[in-house]
Amino acid sequence: MQTAKTVTVGTMESSDIMITLKPNASGITIDLDSNVKKQFGAHITALMTEVLQKLGINDIAVEAVDKGALDCTIKARTIAAAYRLQGKTDYDWEALNSWNV
Amino acid sequence: MERLRRTMMFVPGANPAMLRDAILYGADSVMFDLEDAVSLKEKDTARVLVYSALKTFDYSSVETVVRVNALDAGGKQDIEAMVLGGINVIRLPKTETAQDIIDVDAVITAVEAKYDIPAGTTHMMAAIESAEGVLNAREIAKASDRMIGIALGAEDYVTSQKTRRYPDGAELSFARNYILHSARAAGIAAIDTVYSDVDNEEGLRHETELIKQLGFDGKSVINPRQIPVINGIYAPTIKEVQKAQEVMAGIREAEAKGSGVIAVNGQMVDKPIVERAERVLALAKATNMEVD
Amino acid sequence: MVENKLKREIPAKYAEQYGVYDGEFAHIDSYQAATKTIKPIKPNDSKLLGSIHEAIVKTGLKDGMTISFHHHFREGDFVMNMVLDEIAKMGIKNLSIAPSSIANVHAPLIDHIKNGVVTNITSSGLRDKVGAAISSGIMANPVVIRSHGGRARAIASGDIHIDVAFLGAPSSDEYGNINGTKGKATCGSLGYAMVDAKYADQVVAITDSLMPYPNTPISIPQTDVDYVVQVDAIGDPDGIAKGATRFTKNPKELLIAEYAAKVITASSYFKNGFSFQTGSGGAALAVSRFLRQTMIDEDVKASFALGGITNAMVEMQKEGLVDKLIDVQDFDHPSAISLAENADHYEIDANMYASPLSKGAVINQLDIAILSALEVDTDFNVNVITGSDGVLRGASGGHSDTSAACKLSMVIAPVVRGRIPTIVDAVTTVVTPGSSVDVVVTELGIAINPARQDLVDMFKGLKVPQLTIDELKDKAYAITGVPEKIEYGDQTVALIEYRDGSLIDVVKNV
Repeated sequence: MQTAKTVTVGTMESSDIMITLKPNASGITIDLDSNVKKQFGAHITALMTEVLQKLGINDIAVEAVDKGALDCTIKARTIAAAYRLQGKTDYDWEALNSWNV
Repeated sequence: MERLRRTMMFVPGANPAMLRDAILYGADSVMFDLEDAVSLKEKDTARVLVYSALKTFDYSSVETVVRVNALDAGGKQDIEAMVLGGINVIRLPKTETAQDIIDVDAVITAVEAKYDIPAGTTHMMAAIESAEGVLNAREIAKASDRMIGIALGAEDYVTSQKTRRYPDGAELSFARNYILHSARAAGIAAIDTVYSDVDNEEGLRHETELIKQLGFDGKSVINPRQIPVINGIYAPTIKEVQKAQEVMAGIREAEAKGSGVIAVNGQMVDKPIVERAERVLALAKATNMEVD
Repeated sequence: MVENKLKREIPAKYAEQYGVYDGEFAHIDSYQAATKTIKPIKPNDSKLLGSIHEAIVKTGLKDGMTISFHHHFREGDFVMNMVLDEIAKMGIKNLSIAPSSIANVHAPLIDHIKNGVVTNITSSGLRDKVGAAISSGIMANPVVIRSHGGRARAIASGDIHIDVAFLGAPSSDEYGNINGTKGKATCGSLGYAMVDAKYADQVVAITDSLMPYPNTPISIPQTDVDYVVQVDAIGDPDGIAKGATRFTKNPKELLIAEYAAKVITASSYFKNGFSFQTGSGGAALAVSRFLRQTMIDEDVKASFALGGITNAMVEMQKEGLVDKLIDVQDFDHPSAISLAENADHYEIDANMYASPLSKGAVINQLDIAILSALEVDTDFNVNVITGSDGVLRGASGGHSDTSAACKLSMVIAPVVRGRIPTIVDAVTTVVTPGSSVDVVVTELGIAINPARQDLVDMFKGLKVPQLTIDELKDKAYAITGVPEKIEYGDQTVALIEYRDGSLIDVVKNV
């Protein structure tokens, strides 16, 4: 799905992650700034990619500023960003709940 | 045995660090807040954050409660996400009438049915924060089989009464007593309001002693530092514990003898005393006292 | 490569030069104390010089020499930057510097390293910017990290020979009688500087508060000082107390502190006449607050409190809960004031505080120490020098000294910080060997070192959750996930000396 919108969710608080989604011509690009990039950078990038793809977003530029967020937070923030990008307010909880991310 | 609810700790739903650490501080219940602690434009993100936390962290050592938004302000989505997440209790704020509870019950029932969750798994409680709510407390408490408690939310209440909080709590006297009676008549818990001056331990102590004397199950807390203070006040004395243990020994003795009459030190013990003894021992255990 | 007793690999050339760690007390041998060259002062000679420039000229400082500084001004220090800037201007190169520690405020050091002014460093620690620069490999020679006791040992034994010590003096007279309790930038105890003054060939006192002769009390005497220089300002009083002394309101830190206090008060060491050291930082200060309450409730008084002194300890002494304060460093202004006014608040040097090669350090008399950690591993080894990303950012401090010597050493730390696990399989860098660590205290409960079976028995009835260190590690990893291994380069950027001078670990570039 193509969109011209830019959305930002999350905060710069400790243990949170701020995610900005911007239009991208093709593919998912992730620019991650994290204090645990060396230890968890690849994992975080893969997790965000998987969530975005599951929500049908395949062309997007992600800017993420991570302050030590755990997986469940990264996942939640990515989901919220994706829904906002798509302008949807009614979440498909049934689908989300069926994931095993 | 009924669950202890000495402390019900507010955890802002939009704060990942607090969601992670919520179980650390010894609260009996942890209450994730999707309502007043979350700004209007963050309702969506907080909801999915709490859902994700429920699915990830082991909260089994506490009772999980969520304060949802009104049904027409995102509450339906809140309920679906939270029930799916496995929340124990849905807390409805600003409850005015029994109908409010019946409406929420219907939403929960529908969600449980949709996801094959056994009907009635999810409990409910109501926060009463207005004169109308207080006067309807009796009906609210009995409005659903899911109800496990009613709580006083004093900040809005005192404003609606054209007063404010005072140290002696006289302004809350009627609300507290009526809510407590309504809860007890329905056989559910009564939870007192928060004490918002976090740095005033003496004031918290005073207020907790008062509500314990009245008979409340416990208080809502807004800072973990308040928990040991409240638990300390709810802790029974060693003398109370010894007496309770004697009562329980009397029961065992009566059972062994096949006798229906329980006696301690030659005195007959009736049902209320047994119930009180059970509660004293549960409180003692919860405060880490030595109990056999 | 040589593997030391903790299975840490030490490059052969450094292993040969320093020896490798082989147990806490494996290298405690007799030795000949270092000597120094003295240029005597005759009657009518003046020590007072007009500028730092003049002092550098007078001392004859030249390429390849070793100079030292003290870190009593912590984040408020002006002295090291002023002196190095002047040295750089004068074109002197290839110096070794031996400050007792390095703070964030010393970031200009990075340029002096790049320009070849500074080519060797030994220090207790390296903070953010300097640490990151060193970790990136800007120095050809590795930094030698020494504990406070280890530095005193190295100076007393001649491993570090100081040609010129440039010592910031909160107050001094023209003849070099120095104390840290008077003047514009009072730091209290001068415990670390006292060792430099005693062993350096030449000592330059740099002061912004020149006092009439004789300036008393005398922490560093005129007989150890060659020159006195007056400058506008030696330090920022706010920086001296930075970050150390606020009582925490963080509930997790309070919980850890409460558990730690319960461990202390349940131990057999907690009785009249006991002694303790808490250090600085939010949780450590909170421990002293909980401890204070139990001391009052149970009417238990301490014979002394040791170490970096904070206002929390000063208050406890005022209340009669602690007989004496034994002070090598002060973390805040009230402590400095107390040192000046209170006869039972006593200044000691780093040698007496913690040296393993002295005739008995005070830490040998210490019952209980509260220590911090960046990481603790399942062998109880502690890292206080590198982040989990492998970058130098901490300080060795008195950690390995105190924990080796005291009767009950407790490391307090949260199980995770953000997404960084604190309890890990293997620490990034070992500073303190696990054999020195008795109890680890976290927000989830405590882990007792199984080597201390006496403590396991002692704390059987303790009302604090008890786990094994492996269980704590599993809980940490369950929260954060298992971190990827850090990829290091081949360059050794820091040598971690154990307090006895042997190498307990090395740090590679990253």
